[in-house]
Amino acid sequence: MKKQILVACGAGIATSTIVNLALEKMCKENGIDANLIQCKITEVPSYEDTADLLVTTTIVQKEYSFPVINARAFLTGIGQEEVEAKILEELKK
Amino acid sequence: MYLDETLILREIDVDSKAEVLEVMARNLVNKGFVKESYIEAVIEREKNYATGLPTKGYSVAIPHTDIEHVNKKAISVGILKNTVDFGIMGEESATTPVKLVFMLAMEQAHSQLELLQKLMQIFQDEDTLQFLANEDSKAKVKNLLNAKLKTQ
Repeated sequence: MKKQILVACGAGIATSTIVNLALEKMCKENGIDANLIQCKITEVPSYEDTADLLVTTTIVQKEYSFPVINARAFLTGIGQEEVEAKILEELKK
Repeated sequence: MYLDETLILREIDVDSKAEVLEVMARNLVNKGFVKESYIEAVIEREKNYATGLPTKGYSVAIPHTDIEHVNKKAISVGILKNTVDFGIMGEESATTPVKLVFMLAMEQAHSQLELLQKLMQIFQDEDTLQFLANEDSKAKVKNLLNAKLKTQ
C-alpha cells in the first residue's frame, strides 16, 4: 500500500521544502511509492489516522501512533546517511 | 531572492538571540522588505521552533516566519562579533553557539526550493562559512553569496 509520509516544519515553508525534496529523491531511488505531504507541525494532528511516518525538523510535543524521525541531517549533511537508513527501514515495514 | 550590501550586517555586537533577531528584522523593516509585525513574529517563532544548526564549522541559524509578515522576498546575513546561543532545530533544549545568521523573508509557501538547497550547500561547506565569518568586505561577502545562491 502507498505510504503516507508527513514532512513538517514550524512554518511549513523553508526546511520542510528541503526535506521534502530529499525524500522524493530517496523514495524514487529506492522504488518506494509514497505520498509526501508537506505541512506545518501544527497541521500534523489532522493526518493522525492516515499517516505512516512523520519526518520533521522541529520538536514534536505530542505522541503519535506513527513513528517520528528528526530530519535536521538533511539540512546540515551531518548524519544524513543514518537518518536516510532509518527512514527507509520504516518505509519498508 | 534579493540580497544586497545593506542586508549584510557585520560585527553585530549583541548578547542574545532575541537582540540579533531584532537588529536584523528592524533593518529589513526599514528597507521595506517586511512589515513591522515581522520583528515580533520572527522572535516568537524562534522561541517555539528553534532554527540553530550545528555545522562542521561555524554554527548557523535560519530564522524566518509566516509569509503574511513579508512584503518582498529577501535574505539578510548577520555576522556576529561574538557567538550567541540559539536553540538547535528539532531539539528540546540543546543550544549551539551561532556565528552566522541567515534571516529569510519569504513571501510564498513551498517556494524558493533551489535557493534553499543552495543555502544548505553553503552550510555543508566549511571553507565558505569560514570566509563569510571573517571577511571584512561586505562587497566580497555579497558577491560570494550571490554566486553561490544563484538560481537559474
